[in-house]
Amino acid sequence: MKTVDICVIGGGPAGLNAALAAAGGGATVLLLDDADHLGGQLIKQTHMFFGSEKQQAGTRGIDIAVALTRAVQGTPSIEIWLETTALGLYDDGVLTAECLGEYRKVKAERFVVATGASEKMLAFRGNDMPGVYGAGAAQTLMNVFGVKPGQRVLMVGAGNIGLIVAYQLLQAGVSVAAIVEGSPQIGGYLVHAAKVRRAGVPILTSHTILEAYGGESVEGAVICRLDPAWQPILGTEQRIPVDVICLAVGLSPLSDLLWQADCRMLYIPELGGHVAWRDENLRTSQPHIFIAGDVAGIEEASSAMVAGQLAGYAAALDLKLAPSDVGERMALAQAELAALRSGPVGEKIRLGLESIRRDKR
Amino acid sequence: MRVSEHPILCFQRGKEIKFIYEERELTGYEGETIAAALHAAGVKVLSRSAVLHRPRGFFCAIGTCSSCLMVVDGVPNVRVCVTKLKEGMVVKEQHGRGRLG
Repeated sequence: MKTVDICVIGGGPAGLNAALAAAGGGATVLLLDDADHLGGQLIKQTHMFFGSEKQQAGTRGIDIAVALTRAVQGTPSIEIWLETTALGLYDDGVLTAECLGEYRKVKAERFVVATGASEKMLAFRGNDMPGVYGAGAAQTLMNVFGVKPGQRVLMVGAGNIGLIVAYQLLQAGVSVAAIVEGSPQIGGYLVHAAKVRRAGVPILTSHTILEAYGGESVEGAVICRLDPAWQPILGTEQRIPVDVICLAVGLSPLSDLLWQADCRMLYIPELGGHVAWRDENLRTSQPHIFIAGDVAGIEEASSAMVAGQLAGYAAALDLKLAPSDVGERMALAQAELAALRSGPVGEKIRLGLESIRRDKR
Repeated sequence: MRVSEHPILCFQRGKEIKFIYEERELTGYEGETIAAALHAAGVKVLSRSAVLHRPRGFFCAIGTCSSCLMVVDGVPNVRVCVTKLKEGMVVKEQHGRGRLG
């Protein structure tokens, strides 16, 4: 059995920062990821980040992944296990994992679970057909492997992911027929919306997809207008020939490990679904388990990075292995999170977090 | 179906790899997943559903949705969206639930 002070599960933006923060005061850290690379989904984010300079705004996600990976690899007290899937997390502080067919056990004093999220499905006829992809999947295919997802795409959802991936499809030489959005307003930043509109892609608000049609794979989509009660308006159906339909309708936290570890779970729609209850320093109802990033609630990668730092420091503080100025660093992280969640864009997140705070049981 | 020019990214492909998909010899590149190589070769149908035998492709491409399970070198339920391509691999469509042997 492997023994460490702190085990971080997930090597995306939250987990990488958690590992660095946790190791900052001398704790030994084990960082696991099921992929064969660190960086999580940052490795496909070719766009520049928002936020302040501290959160590396103006830097592309792919470059942030490289910098964080180097920092983690350059820290001798952080051991990295790639291609390792966490299987179970138990009350006695033992984690079981599978690494390339081998069964392994890890005993850690504290855990930071930063397992991220996966794309949501949407209910419509033909949604199981090949050619219906999560927007993130299309992004992986084109930005990581340089393979076009198809010739012509219908994007469903005009939040930041839908807008950004639509633009990146154009950059990869794929045409985008339209972006449909159920709500009367565009959900993402208007600067992204302006970019795709300038490229001639219509953004159809109050529209949804009714059906994907085709034989062995997608040949087109039927879309229609929605009334103010989100009901399809008869007679407004349009057939759009496309070979790919991308869904950018939100993400779900990948919280299986937290359920299994018997953390108290709450259903918070504003945070993307079921998330673990946590205190202000991201400790769950299981005192040895902390959470950070999308598994704690769907947000931007910039807040995931700061939350990772906070959870990493909090875990190290428990073990008296935190840097001497940890109080200051945690207060700074809290302030940065508050700033990232301020304004109208952060309203949903603030509401979701408020429901967790009110739940003291 | 491969991206040829890109304003930000430069794709450095690994060495060419030959593999077998349903008795056909296809070519991919070292470092890419089986799903990416198949998609580049125009193969979108990866499996058939258990009851209605409907065609299935990948959905999430990060190993979480189980929509891309194929039979690889005789082993069923392989998530081809996160499994790297290797020289000489034999890849087959999976029909319904995977069976060993």
